[in-house]
Amino acid sequence: MLTLRCPCCGVLADETELAPGGTAHLRREGPEASDEAFEAYMFLRDNPRGVHFERWRHAFGCGKWFHAARCTVTNEVFGTYPAQTAAPPEEVLEAIRRRRPEWER
Amino acid sequence: MSTRLGTGGSAIDRSRPVHFTFDGRRLAGLTGDTVASALLANGERVVGRSFKYHRPRGIVASGPEEPNALLGIGTGDRFEPNARATTTPLREGMALRSQNRWPSLAFDVGVVNAALSRFLPVGFYYKTFMWPRRFWESVYEPLIRQAAGLGRAPDAETRDPDRYEHFHLHVDVLVAGGGIAGLQSALAAGRAGAQVLLMEQSPHWGGRAQVDGVRIEGDPAAEWVARAVAELEAMPNVRLRLNATVVGAYDHGWMLAVEMPEPGPRERLWKIRARRTVMATGALERPLAFAGNDRPGVMLASAVRDNLMRYAVSPGDRTVLVTANDDGYRTAIALVEAGLSVPLVVDARPECNGPLPRRAREMGIRVAPGRAIAGVRWQRRITGVDVCLQAGEGSALEHVPCDAVAMAGGWSPAVHLWSHCGGRLRWDEATAAFRPDPQFPPTGADGQAAILPAGSADGHSRAVEVLASAHRAGVAGAAAAAHEGDAGQVVTAEEGAEAPALAVWRMPQSADHRLRAQTFLDFQNDVKLTDVELAAQEGYRSVEHAKRYTTLGMATDQGKLSNINGLAALSHTTGQAISAVGTTTFRPPYTPLTLATIAGQARGDLFQPVRRTPLHARHEALGAAWEPVGQWRRPYVYPKAGETVEDAVRREVLAVRSEVGILDATTLGKIIVKGPDAAQFLDMIYTGRPSTIAEGRCRYGLICNENGFLIDDGVVARLGPETWLCHTTTGGAERIHAHMEEWLQTEWWDWRVHVLNVTEQFGQIAVAGPLARNLLERLGGMDLSREALPFMHWTEGRLMDVPVRVFRISFSGELSFEIAAPAGRAGEIWDRLAQDATPYGTETMHVLRAEKGYIMIGDETDGTVIPQDLGLNWAIAKKKDDYIGKRGQMRLHMAGERWRLVGLLTPDGAVLPEGSLAVAQGTNANGQRRTQGRVTSAYWSPTLGRGIALGLVDRGPERMGETLSFLQPDGSEYRAEIVSPVFHDPEGERLNA
Amino acid sequence: MSRYSALRIVREAMRRHAGWGRAWGSPEPRRRYKVVIVGAGGHGLATAYYLGRNYGITDVAVLEKGWLGGGNTGRNTTIIRSNYLQDPSAAIYEKSRALYEDLSQELNFNVMFSPRGVMMLAQTEHEVRGYKRTVQANALQSVATEWIGPERVKELCPIIRIDGPRYPVLGAHWQPRGGTARHDAVAWGYARKCSEMGMHIVERCAVTGVRTEGGRVQGVETSRGSIDCESLCLVVAGHSGELAQMAGFRLPIESVPLQALVSEPIKPCMDVVVMANTVHGYMSQSDKGEMVIGGGTDGYNAYTQRGSFHHIEETVRALVETFPMLSRLKVLRQWGGIVDMTGDRSPIIGRAPVRGIYLNCGWGTGGFKAIPGSGWATAELVATGASGPLAADFGLERFREGRFIDESVAAGVAH
Repeated sequence: MLTLRCPCCGVLADETELAPGGTAHLRREGPEASDEAFEAYMFLRDNPRGVHFERWRHAFGCGKWFHAARCTVTNEVFGTYPAQTAAPPEEVLEAIRRRRPEWER
Repeated sequence: MSTRLGTGGSAIDRSRPVHFTFDGRRLAGLTGDTVASALLANGERVVGRSFKYHRPRGIVASGPEEPNALLGIGTGDRFEPNARATTTPLREGMALRSQNRWPSLAFDVGVVNAALSRFLPVGFYYKTFMWPRRFWESVYEPLIRQAAGLGRAPDAETRDPDRYEHFHLHVDVLVAGGGIAGLQSALAAGRAGAQVLLMEQSPHWGGRAQVDGVRIEGDPAAEWVARAVAELEAMPNVRLRLNATVVGAYDHGWMLAVEMPEPGPRERLWKIRARRTVMATGALERPLAFAGNDRPGVMLASAVRDNLMRYAVSPGDRTVLVTANDDGYRTAIALVEAGLSVPLVVDARPECNGPLPRRAREMGIRVAPGRAIAGVRWQRRITGVDVCLQAGEGSALEHVPCDAVAMAGGWSPAVHLWSHCGGRLRWDEATAAFRPDPQFPPTGADGQAAILPAGSADGHSRAVEVLASAHRAGVAGAAAAAHEGDAGQVVTAEEGAEAPALAVWRMPQSADHRLRAQTFLDFQNDVKLTDVELAAQEGYRSVEHAKRYTTLGMATDQGKLSNINGLAALSHTTGQAISAVGTTTFRPPYTPLTLATIAGQARGDLFQPVRRTPLHARHEALGAAWEPVGQWRRPYVYPKAGETVEDAVRREVLAVRSEVGILDATTLGKIIVKGPDAAQFLDMIYTGRPSTIAEGRCRYGLICNENGFLIDDGVVARLGPETWLCHTTTGGAERIHAHMEEWLQTEWWDWRVHVLNVTEQFGQIAVAGPLARNLLERLGGMDLSREALPFMHWTEGRLMDVPVRVFRISFSGELSFEIAAPAGRAGEIWDRLAQDATPYGTETMHVLRAEKGYIMIGDETDGTVIPQDLGLNWAIAKKKDDYIGKRGQMRLHMAGERWRLVGLLTPDGAVLPEGSLAVAQGTNANGQRRTQGRVTSAYWSPTLGRGIALGLVDRGPERMGETLSFLQPDGSEYRAEIVSPVFHDPEGERLNA
Repeated sequence: MSRYSALRIVREAMRRHAGWGRAWGSPEPRRRYKVVIVGAGGHGLATAYYLGRNYGITDVAVLEKGWLGGGNTGRNTTIIRSNYLQDPSAAIYEKSRALYEDLSQELNFNVMFSPRGVMMLAQTEHEVRGYKRTVQANALQSVATEWIGPERVKELCPIIRIDGPRYPVLGAHWQPRGGTARHDAVAWGYARKCSEMGMHIVERCAVTGVRTEGGRVQGVETSRGSIDCESLCLVVAGHSGELAQMAGFRLPIESVPLQALVSEPIKPCMDVVVMANTVHGYMSQSDKGEMVIGGGTDGYNAYTQRGSFHHIEETVRALVETFPMLSRLKVLRQWGGIVDMTGDRSPIIGRAPVRGIYLNCGWGTGGFKAIPGSGWATAELVATGASGPLAADFGLERFREGRFIDESVAAGVAH
């Protein structure tokens, strides 16, 4: 049972309050995109063993989407941050590097 | 034989007898007894039969590790199979039944397996039962199934009347285990100021220290335990629970425990979010591996001691102790002190001169060093043991008569919780045990150790070390939650010094094959030393292969007794160190967990919430047949007395077509979209252009996912300059609301739009039929004339003085209005309408819409259908740059030839079976019949007096008039002509009336 | 390697079973093989076996990081069925099911295929329609299934409650020749035959790199040295993404935990496999007597081989509701596997973007039942360099073309 802090309302939420939303920071591809780019946007995933940026929604709480940086091997959480960003904030990257010095984005 | 002694017993109340039956015989125990101690007190040593060989088996242990004493308890709806006698408190009137025997415990036909055991080597079933070819399923497997299984299955119609409940708790420190380690940890954490929950699986605090003669702070352990419990009970920040076992460790410090409260529900499941968990779960004693070690009457030395001290039960009159450590001597000493005879202590160690052996000798107990058991003599009960040299092959030197054997093989830390959530173990040669590896703890969300091992669970055996480690763990647990108050001092303890133990994995060291073939490792599953050896010989050398091939450790005790001895056997056979062999992964739960406890109160009517519309009671009164739609209940049809469902649907359809009907449309989703950027937002969400809907008007809209597939549809109404009301399907309300929120929050977060799901705020009633306007006008209050409210318009006003929005939309093809009223007041309107209109249900609604050729999400769509397939190109704004799904629909397979919507008519008017496939010529490369279309909806149309169907057909709209063949599973065939999907009023005159 | 038989057991019993040899060999890996298969789970071993059996290719190594059969092959709930809606799925799963029918005899290893029947309960009108549609499709796919009413459901499985207050049983989609098999035995049986054909099964051999040159595979780096090969077949559920990354491409796959549990053994009370999709639970009774219960996947990517308890809770709640007699039965053990979910939840069998590399992955929650058919189809792919009819629709390119094989359609959305 994961517990994540919702960066919007500050609640430390149980997984049962949350709806998972898959990989974060995807860039939407519209009608002008090539077949390759659209396929990559829709389906191709990094699926890392280790640091993963993912989306969650505080579905049974404040209703807001947010992002989490989590290790897929240990479930360690490096930080959560609002979804309204195209890249992880520096303090989350810093927290990851502190815990996983070998990690590269 | 085993019996109750005249004095002693710390747990029992001799003044309060408890009556019970065992296999129908009436017996009596005492208040405080476990089922196991009561059976032993009555001399019942054989309590069950083993899984494979049906060998008679007795009670071995005194805790949750018991592999043999599993009984059927209770009767009728309260029957429970496989209850562990050692952890089940004895209750008045209990009916106990032994298991896995037929016809009786004493005489069991299955025992023939034991005689044939040499022909049933490990894994024999993989090598035989293959011929004749079909005999596996018809003969062998049914026989094996009948013979396998342990307890009787409850009767099919059993309905458990008991209550189960769930508790949730957040704590700083959860302490698992209420022995002296757990108490010390809880004291340290509690004094430091942490919120603490301390749980002990048994009904007693203090664990083994009290039966092991430990002294703490100069007093017998029991006195310190009482003081510690009193201090903890006085702390407002500490909760204590007996009869509560922590059974599972999950991610992020989420812990699972089960309590048998008294009084209260039958079981209570605790879901605990603990900042840190102190694992003070103690250790489990190992059996010794010698020939005949499975005979009833051979028990763990600790279990003998427990029975003696707690329940005043002796396992026998003459007990031989076999040991490889000093701790075992405590049992011999206790037995003699209780006035029982210990004819011999068989000690595998060549030297045994520690304080405890010395004391035993002083008491006149004969000690045989360097010796082992070569066999247990058995004639319906143990009659004696043969003693041999541990260093030899098993030639008997001496026969010692006895009627019980206590075995002390050393202690394995109970590290299960540590392993549940990723903690690793290390093999410690010094203590010959797997201990928690502090380098690789189970970690929590913060990446730090979530579990802190303490006491003997961490591999400590001396009380001083146990208490010190427990104190450290308690302090650390509190500190992790920033509680750093004065934790007090760790207490001092004394106990007799112990000489080093010897890790003895088999007796004797070079036991010959005959002995090894009688040496059991897993008692319940009947895995013997020779089985592990054969597995290794056949290449099943990885620990997981050996486990799975032999089934060692897969019994109901999950290897609590057998794992380490099995690993040692594998290590010995393969020549690898135990550390290299490794261990299998412990999985939750630590002790078996009742299914109903997991389900909790979510049973029967509380299984899942039911959503009811404000009109629910009215439907009920009308005798509606219900259809679950998601969590909603919707009226399917309203059959009148004597009517079949088909009759009722026919009546309702005709009423709508000829007069007027009313439908509860409340469950349709209603989502308000509002804001300066709402127009551009909706133009992205819908395939069309809601932005161009004029105020006061409505338009049908389609929503696709990014893959291009149609996921929902509904009427969009423009309420104001920046406000739209989007209707969705019943199932779509939450889904589409979430879909909109997702795009708004994660993609277009700079757009100024608010989205609000107001589905439950309104009761909505569809009024459909040629007399609809007439009826509504009679309600009074609003001008609903054709001129005032044309088709696809909406207006606001008051009907019968109820504030309403009226939408002039139709899902039936008839003149139709949808009235939205505040949820609390919709009933007033319904009641008035129901006086003159026919209520109709979802099935009628389906027929009406199919007659009109309207698609239904979930019928015509299935997640693989795009709007273009359904002839809905008109609802797609082709010139729009972008909408969700547009790029997806441009892909090769989407843009090419596809199955498209048509109507289908059988020549004789028969109803096509739904899901029927139109066959094409020949078969594909996999031999499957080719197909060219399928029926998506089919109904008997009362309006047309014949069957009608909608379907998706390969290039369908280009093939009007062609006849297709629909082959049925029974070989019959339906033929149908491709026609327009609009069967009723194709010009739409009625709609626009 | 000598044959297994009852007679042989009797003979061995007379000499204390001293004559049994290893079920499969444990060779040192050579420096070069024609075909290297990564992953000695069911799918990898079956691929190797059918390469030998159908194409005479035995210069094959199967490399396994841990112990043979230790991934999802040894962690699943052993259900075998082929009652799928879409033609490509029905074809490969039915091929697989048909191969299971005679697998024990073919491998001379009793895999205990038990065609006791699989029923999928319909508990909403929507499910009724979905399953009736599938029955129609199955008839044309030569998959023997039928629609049965609630009385027949009760007759086949007396412990089901068909009149539950929330989701009464309205009928079921019944495949009489679906069933279960002994999962470990499938891996062991294939391994034994592969070994017998001279193939190398190398356990404790982790692949650490994939060597390519000019867009073509050259070999792999492993914890036991470098190995060259002409063809490389990646069959590593739960690790496909990692290996793809080593070879320089990405896959439409995410790895998530899938959980299961077993109860204590009880005497036989359930002779069929029951799946209840509305309430998310499925169950069968093993030959040992345990109730084997499968649940849903966790919603987040993880490689932890464990999951969150609330999924177990949801599954158990559904089963206690559907099978009230289980109420006082106890769970013995719960565990998790890592399943690879593709974009359309159907597997991938086909060529990778790198020449000489073949993929068999993405089986999601349903891989065990597919093992023989998947091995058959993948062997054809590797041996001929092109997909045969069984695998033709399962290639990677479908994601680009928008040509999905979506089996969730029968579940669809409620109206």
